[in-house]
Amino acid sequence: MRTAPPLWALLPALLVLAGLSGGGLALALGRVGWADWAAVLPDGRVWAALGFSLWIALASSLLAAVLGLALAMLLRQSFRGRRVVGGMVAASLTLPHAVVAVGMLFLLSQSGWLSRLAFALGLTDAPADFPALTHDGWGLGIILHYAWKEAPFVALVLLAALRGRIVEQEQAARSLGAGAWGAFRHVTLPALAPALLGASVITFGFALGAYEVPLILGTHDPQALPVLAWQAFADADLTRQPQAVAMALLLTGAAAALLLPLLFWLARGTP
Amino acid sequence: MKRLVPLSGAAVSLLLILPLLPLIFRSIAHGWRFPDLWPQQFSLRAWAFAFSSGAGTGPALAETVIIALMVALISVVVALPPAQLIGQHNFRGKGLLLALIALPLLLPPFAALMGLHGLFARLHLTGTRTGVILAHLIPALPYAIFILAALFARLDRGYVAQARSLGASPWQAFVRVTLPMIRPGLMLAFALTFLVSWGQYALTLMIGGGRVETLPLLLFSTLSAGRNDLTGALGLIYILPGLIILALTVRK
Repeated sequence: MRTAPPLWALLPALLVLAGLSGGGLALALGRVGWADWAAVLPDGRVWAALGFSLWIALASSLLAAVLGLALAMLLRQSFRGRRVVGGMVAASLTLPHAVVAVGMLFLLSQSGWLSRLAFALGLTDAPADFPALTHDGWGLGIILHYAWKEAPFVALVLLAALRGRIVEQEQAARSLGAGAWGAFRHVTLPALAPALLGASVITFGFALGAYEVPLILGTHDPQALPVLAWQAFADADLTRQPQAVAMALLLTGAAAALLLPLLFWLARGTP
Repeated sequence: MKRLVPLSGAAVSLLLILPLLPLIFRSIAHGWRFPDLWPQQFSLRAWAFAFSSGAGTGPALAETVIIALMVALISVVVALPPAQLIGQHNFRGKGLLLALIALPLLLPPFAALMGLHGLFARLHLTGTRTGVILAHLIPALPYAIFILAALFARLDRGYVAQARSLGASPWQAFVRVTLPMIRPGLMLAFALTFLVSWGQYALTLMIGGGRVETLPLLLFSTLSAGRNDLTGALGLIYILPGLIILALTVRK
């Protein structure tokens, strides 16, 4: 017996999804006039901020994919303390980004703990000798933050995908004479590709919308686009508000252009 | 090779704990200047202040918990019907529907938020807890729908059919048969959406306008005031509930 839920029961979800997300976007589009686009689009700072946000998202998601894959392969093995490591990986997912970013600041800044360690080891003579990992032009601290935070997420997605058929195919490949690397390269990796791509699309989109992490670990020039847009939105000069909305729409447009084709390609398998 | 595996495990644990250690030391250090590797003097001043009424930790903690509980409750209830539809029925355009539901998780929320800001201001929802809860539903609901849909897809529908053939109404079958069967998944969806709301900073700031002060907002103001010791203590207080929820969910 297949009873579909009645239509009225679906309405609240529709209201949140289409109303808040979709409606919000429609309202945003309605607030921006040609004059606002004309003010925003020639602004070099906006494009620099978009480039910076895209760089953070790309570097973070690539690093998280590589580290997450390695972490998943590690957690597949049986070794003493595997449960402890698995528990810590799960625990890291519950940590709010703001707290981890503050921890990263205390760890990575030029007066932070790693810099003190370098000084104690005689590698540096002053805080300024330590490489600038926070408030730097390349957003290295931001990227390290997202790699640390998202690699466990990627690993758990991959571990969930690593059940059932893949294990049998790996064993078949090994019994047919494939080495450990060969089985990984030709069986495991291709089978994991959709899950890895899906997890990376999520981490990319998430890092692209980074707001509080660049606020804590980033610099004033270049700024991440969400930070620049929100500053303009909160500006006392109210004519800046529609321009801020235009910047946010530019970010949404860039994310949609990059991620939607991947998303629909991943969704094509479902009827 | 055999010894490399536990060694990598130890390295991973070290990397995972590394950003949290400075928070712990900062919170109990009494002045801790470069180049000291370890604090020279310890003090519980920051912790005492964090728990005093002047710090505002209590109200911020309560605000964060209330908002996250409401977001989780609403998300799970609202997600049930669409999750059942997606999990148990096949229809044309299902893949497209799933992709559309995932969109709020992938696209940066700022444009939609700025659009909503004007509407919420007219409805007197900006600067209110209700407005912040509505904003948090945007990223929370898709998670609830996906978790519950996966749960419905695995459900043995024979029991429901049996209850129906014995005369139960669809509603009775849902409450008496389906709900008890999906309880563990409901708990998981509740815990995850709670954590999604728990970690929000940008959405709370933008819709709450600084008037709805949750823990991350308090954390930001102590950090920008240069109170590193208090920031460390608040950061540790802020991560504790998430860890407790994880421990409870895993045990179930």
